[in-house]
Amino acid sequence: MPSRFSGTSPARLLSRPRAPTRWRPGLSAQPLHSEIFASAAEASGAGLALALARDALKSTAGHEGEDTRQVLWVQDRAAIRLGGRPCVAGLPSELAHRLIHVAAKSPEDALFAMEEGLRCRDLACVIGEIAGNPKALSFTASRRLSLAAERHGIALWLVRLDAVPELSSARMRWRVRAAPSPPPRWNADAPGTATWHAELFRARAHAPGEWMLSDDNGTLRPAPAAITAAAPDPVRLARPTVGRSLAARARA
Amino acid sequence: MLLADARALCPELAAVAADPAGDLATLEKLALWAQRWGPWSAMDPPDGVLVDVTGAAHLFGGEERLLGDVARGFAARGLTVRAALAPTAGAAWALAHFAAPGTILAPGDDPLRLLGDLPVAALRLDDDVLTVLRRLGIKRLGELAGVSGAGEDPAREAAARDALHRRFRNRRSPAANPLLRLDQLLGKVPEPLLPVLARPQPMVQRRLMEPLRHRSLLDRVVEDLAEDMVRTLEARGEGARRLELALWRVDGEVLVRRIELAAATREAGHMLRLFAARLEDVEAGFGIETVQLRASWSEPLSLSQSDLDAAAEQHGTALAACIDRLSVRLGSAAVTRPVARASHLPERAQGWQAPLDPVPPAQGRLAFHARPLKLLERPEPIAVLYASPDGYPQRFRWRGCVREVVRVEGPERIAPEWWRERSTVRLRDYYRIEDEAGRRYWIYRSGLAGDGRGGVPEWFLQGLFA
Repeated sequence: MPSRFSGTSPARLLSRPRAPTRWRPGLSAQPLHSEIFASAAEASGAGLALALARDALKSTAGHEGEDTRQVLWVQDRAAIRLGGRPCVAGLPSELAHRLIHVAAKSPEDALFAMEEGLRCRDLACVIGEIAGNPKALSFTASRRLSLAAERHGIALWLVRLDAVPELSSARMRWRVRAAPSPPPRWNADAPGTATWHAELFRARAHAPGEWMLSDDNGTLRPAPAAITAAAPDPVRLARPTVGRSLAARARA
Repeated sequence: MLLADARALCPELAAVAADPAGDLATLEKLALWAQRWGPWSAMDPPDGVLVDVTGAAHLFGGEERLLGDVARGFAARGLTVRAALAPTAGAAWALAHFAAPGTILAPGDDPLRLLGDLPVAALRLDDDVLTVLRRLGIKRLGELAGVSGAGEDPAREAAARDALHRRFRNRRSPAANPLLRLDQLLGKVPEPLLPVLARPQPMVQRRLMEPLRHRSLLDRVVEDLAEDMVRTLEARGEGARRLELALWRVDGEVLVRRIELAAATREAGHMLRLFAARLEDVEAGFGIETVQLRASWSEPLSLSQSDLDAAAEQHGTALAACIDRLSVRLGSAAVTRPVARASHLPERAQGWQAPLDPVPPAQGRLAFHARPLKLLERPEPIAVLYASPDGYPQRFRWRGCVREVVRVEGPERIAPEWWRERSTVRLRDYYRIEDEAGRRYWIYRSGLAGDGRGGVPEWFLQGLFA
C-alpha cells in the first residue's frame, strides 16, 4: 500500500540533523564547563569569563532575592605572574564582596582547587585561570572537571592564557581578544565599555561563530555593529531623565 | 651594668636568659595547682598567687596547718614560698611580702596591730607614689593609719584623710592612690580579682600495645581517635577549630600534625580527610606507640537537626569544608578573600584575609574612579614615547611589544601617603588608555619632570582593564 509510506518515516526524522541554534547572550541552558583562550597581555579572558558567568547566573536565577553564594577564582602562579590578581575595586559590584581567591602554586594544585570548588554546593560558579599548556591539564583532567561540574551543577569558566587549544572535553570553547570600544558619550577620547571579539570555535549545542560582545553595565550583549557616537558612558555619570522635562511641560 | 662587665668582674657568673612569657605561664599553672587549698585562685604577677580559702581551712585542720601544708607542698616541688593568711587579699599580700612567713591575721584581730609596722610599699603602690610618700615622711603603714577611721579623734582623721584625698587625685587606679589601697587592705572597699579558671582542652589518646609501622594501621587509630574526639566535643557542645595530632615514636621523637578549620566542626569524616593529606610524610622509624588528638581551639557548636532531605546532604560539600580541604593542601595563605582597605594607592587599597572572616566595613567607592579588573603583582616598567614630558604617551613598549595609544583618559593624580612613606616618594599620574587593537591598560607616570625627587619620570603599567 503506497499510502502507508507517504508520510515521513521515523527513521528519516531521526537521521535529519537538528538545526544548530546560534548562541546568543541570555540563553538559559548554558553548558557547565567552558574554556576561554585569551592572550595574557590583556584581561579580556577574565573579563569575558566574568561576563559569561554573570549572564548565566542571571538567566538561571530565580526570583528569591539576592544571590549570596560565593564565587571561587582559582589562579596558578604563572597566571598571577602574567596577568595579575583580581582587583576588588574593579570587579563588578555584585561580585566584589563574594569572591574567594585561590592562589595555587602549580597547575596541579589549581586543578585540585577547581575540582574541589565544583564539588561544593555553596558556590555560585568557579572561574579558573591557567597559563600555557601544562602537562597536568590533559584531556583526562578536563574530563574530570566536566564530570564534576555536571554532577554537581556548578559552572566552570576556565581561562587559558597564551595556550594552544589542545584536546579538551569543555562543552564550549571560546577564543577572545579585545576589540576597540565604542566611544563614551561624554568623552569620545576616553576608552569605553569593555568590548571583545569572541569566537566560539567548538560547542556541542551551538554552531560555531563570531561575536562582538560588550559588557554594558553588567549585561552581556552584542556590541552595535556600527560604532555610534551616542554610546553610553562607561561610568554612568549621567542618568536618563524620566518623562518630560519641566521646561517642555511648561511650554506645552 | 652590662653582662660583659659583670663577667669581667666575676668570670664564674651563671647567666640565664629571662623568659617573662614562660614565667607567666608557670604562674598560671601554679595558680591552678593552688586551687587544692581553696576553690578559687587568682594570679598576682609577677610572682604571687592569691587563693580564697574562706571556709576551707577546717578541711586541713585549721589555718596554721593549712599554711604548713602550703609550705610543705611548695617545698616538695623545690619552690621557696612565703605564705600568709588574712581576711582581705590586700592584707594577705602585705603580710606575705613584708611580715614573717606564716603570719595569720584572724578576722577578729585589729588589722593595724600586725600591719602598722609594715612599710608603705606593702600597699602595692606604684614607685612614683612611694617616692612621694617617702618625701612626705610617711614610711610606715601606721603613719598612714591615722586616717583609717580607727583612731580616737574623728575630726583630725577626717582632716588627714582629706589632705591625702587632695594630694593623690588618681581615683581610677588603686595602685596610684594610697587611700584606696588602705581601704582595700582594711576591707572597706571591694577589690575585684580575676580568677584563673581551668578549661581543659578536649583530648583523646591511644596507647598502643605494639608500635605501629604501617600507614593503614595508623589510619585506623586516627579514625578511632576522631570518633572519640567527636564524642568528647559533642558532650561539651563544641566544635573544633584547630586539631593537633601528636605521634610519639618509640625513640622518643614526637611528631605533631596540626590542621585549622574554617568553621567549627564535629565531623569525623572531615577531620580524617584533612589529616590524611598531612600524614603522608610521617616517618614511623621503629614504630609509633602513642597517638594523641587534641582540640587546642574549640568553639561552641550546638547540636543541629540533620537535614531531612538526605539528597541535599549527599550532594556536594559545604563551603567551610571546601575551604578546609583547599587550605590543608595549598596552605592557609593561598585561600583568601580580597577586601577593600582605606588607601588611595591601588596596591594598598586591597587586602587579603581569611575567606570566612567577617568583612570589615569600608567606605563606598567613588563611581568615577575607574579601576582595572586585574592588578599586576608589581607595576611593570614601560618605555614610552611622548609628545611632552607631562602629557600622556603616544606609543609604549611593554613585554617586548610596541603599542600605539589611540584613546586616553586622565590623568588621575594619586599623591603618595606622606604619613607613611619617605619624603622622596613621587606622586603618580594614572591614565586609562586603549591601544589600536582595543586592549585597555592602566598606566602611570611616577613623578613630574622637575619635582626635585629624582630624574626623568618613569612610566609603569599597573593594571589590565577587561
